[in-house]
Amino acid sequence: MSTRLYLECAAARTVGRLSRVAGRGGGTTLPGKLLWKLDPGAIDALAARLPYGSALVSATNGKTTTTAMAARILSTQHKLAWNSSGANLASGVASTLLAAPDAELALLEVDEAALPEILRRTKPQVVSLGNLFRDQLDRYGELEIVAERWRAAIAAMSPMTALIVNADDPVVAELAVNRRNTLRFGIDDPAHARTSLQHAADSKYCVRCGKPYAYEAAYVGHLGAYRCEACGHSRPPLDVAAHNIHLDGLAGSSFDLVTPGGIARVRLALPGLYNVYNALAAAGVAYALGTPVDEIVAGLERFTAAFGRFERIEADGREIVMLLIKNPAGANEVVRTLIDAEVPSVVVVALNDAIADGRDVSWIWDVDFEPLLERVERVIVTGERAAELGLRFLYGGLPEASLEVVDSLDQALTRGLEHVPVGGRLVVLPTYTAMLALRAIAADRGLVRPYWEQA
Amino acid sequence: MRIRVAHLYPEYLNIYADRGNIAVLARRAALRGHPLEIEPVSVGDALRPGEHDLVYIGGGQDREQALIAPDLAGKAEALAEIVAGGAALLAVCGGYQLLGRGYRGRDGSGMPGTGLFPHETVAGERRMIGDVLLECELEPGARQTVAGFENHAGRTTLDPGAEPLGRVVAGFGNDGKSGFEGCRVGRALGTYLHGPLLPRNPWLADLLLSWAIAHASGTAPEPLEPLPDRLEGIAHDVAAGRARARGGRF
Repeated sequence: MSTRLYLECAAARTVGRLSRVAGRGGGTTLPGKLLWKLDPGAIDALAARLPYGSALVSATNGKTTTTAMAARILSTQHKLAWNSSGANLASGVASTLLAAPDAELALLEVDEAALPEILRRTKPQVVSLGNLFRDQLDRYGELEIVAERWRAAIAAMSPMTALIVNADDPVVAELAVNRRNTLRFGIDDPAHARTSLQHAADSKYCVRCGKPYAYEAAYVGHLGAYRCEACGHSRPPLDVAAHNIHLDGLAGSSFDLVTPGGIARVRLALPGLYNVYNALAAAGVAYALGTPVDEIVAGLERFTAAFGRFERIEADGREIVMLLIKNPAGANEVVRTLIDAEVPSVVVVALNDAIADGRDVSWIWDVDFEPLLERVERVIVTGERAAELGLRFLYGGLPEASLEVVDSLDQALTRGLEHVPVGGRLVVLPTYTAMLALRAIAADRGLVRPYWEQA
Repeated sequence: MRIRVAHLYPEYLNIYADRGNIAVLARRAALRGHPLEIEPVSVGDALRPGEHDLVYIGGGQDREQALIAPDLAGKAEALAEIVAGGAALLAVCGGYQLLGRGYRGRDGSGMPGTGLFPHETVAGERRMIGDVLLECELEPGARQTVAGFENHAGRTTLDPGAEPLGRVVAGFGNDGKSGFEGCRVGRALGTYLHGPLLPRNPWLADLLLSWAIAHASGTAPEPLEPLPDRLEGIAHDVAAGRARARGGRF
């Protein structure tokens, strides 16, 4: 390491420690922010030191979970630099590399908009692209703009880099058309197909000719086995696939993992088809890095949950199940999983509108909440935009008597628990910053440890 | 009174939760005893002047808008006839742009419009994104505010003398400099504001419904019976506060 880089890194690490000592949250991105300001090229130098290089994971939905699953698989073989708390911008990547001077392999979740720059700087061994859904249009712009940036980044990438793409997403699959050194993953199990595309599905029109796709099977949003009747464009053959999927409510799922290296049954402790996609992406990353199939399966089976995405918290004999919602496609899968599992009687939904949540809250109207509203007894809305959520549910048919508006997250959690008998379950659906605040509230009540104190 | 709604290209133009606006119109009409019949009118379908009391068109991504623009241009005459006949119309974001004379991209490409609204739109360099607050006076003496969210690259210039939807209190509006937002021609309203627009601005939903009912019944518009709108008021005030605190400006 050069003297300059050494000094920059030392200064930045000190800032991170001071931030934690001062009680200002995890201090997870502060050192990186400083380093990124001092010298953006430091990421290149830090990444170049890694003997096994870097693996990048990006997607609209599931990147945190996919990266955490891959970490579970790969951590037995390598010392990892892993941004486990989801600090996925350039500054977070800098912090992660800085905090792990002995790492052999960097496993990095990367923000969709930040991917081109981080790809250029880290020169990764593996890149996994999971899906593109409409998400925080106020921040990312239209889906096409993100896709165009990814297209340019992939075109400029080394042919030696292994690319893992979701073949079930037409826009993502097209990024890898005719590319060698690519693994294409997807689901093949018509028993779990939806009969129709959900409301406000994205990428419904052929990426080549613009005519609507016909779906043999749509699994999650617009992800599935598509075919254009007009020009013949269709889902490419799968290299990594899930067959014979069994969904077991909130308890998890199991499926046959098919890879070029063999087939094995996987039992996941996470619910929903969307987590099967995450497992396929993680398996693709590990496979591309040379991991044998039995180790991939063992890692996936050890995995429980990624930070804040799906958490079960014990509270005075009741169980709080917290599932992050952040955009229509992801929230639809959360709703579907709750309905398929066991419909909760009480749900707390928390909507904030900070930059990390999306300042534009209109997306809540594109979520198909209706099947949930028809079945629950009580909905408590909370967060900075609680009133908007309340309107979403009332105009969606929830009886006024079933709705409670509680502005404070702390009081909303208390109210929710009051409605749940001992032994019962409270479902909490927060946006990102509401999730962070609710975790902090739970930690204050002694229910969970702060994330920066966890392994 | 049965209210017949034509919803244009719902499967293409739905980017900013347009179905929220439809849900609000449907429920507020039903609470006053008026069933709302919604007919999707898409590529290749005919608009039949006289058979619609309210027309709705939402916004889409550039790709979807380009897919429907030629078909919409072919519906220009029918739309003009519908509005001239006194039906109500609400156009949001992309739909608002396409109901002007046209849209010109930064690469020189163009999309034809229908010319219903007297304006032209040219793509700008920076997108105008953020919370917006407007002050409107759609009926003489009845000042109202509208709170919404905008996200558009297009700069829309109204023709001299054209009537805007409102004056910008906070946010960018049509072009970020004129101080105006949206456009009005008779009972046709166009705006960049989503959020969606109607849940937090219920007076505007009721005004559109009163126009649609007047068209359906062949009578003069009358104000609808008020609803409590407690949560609507809070949502409006929170959104208005956001616009004042962080609405966009150059």
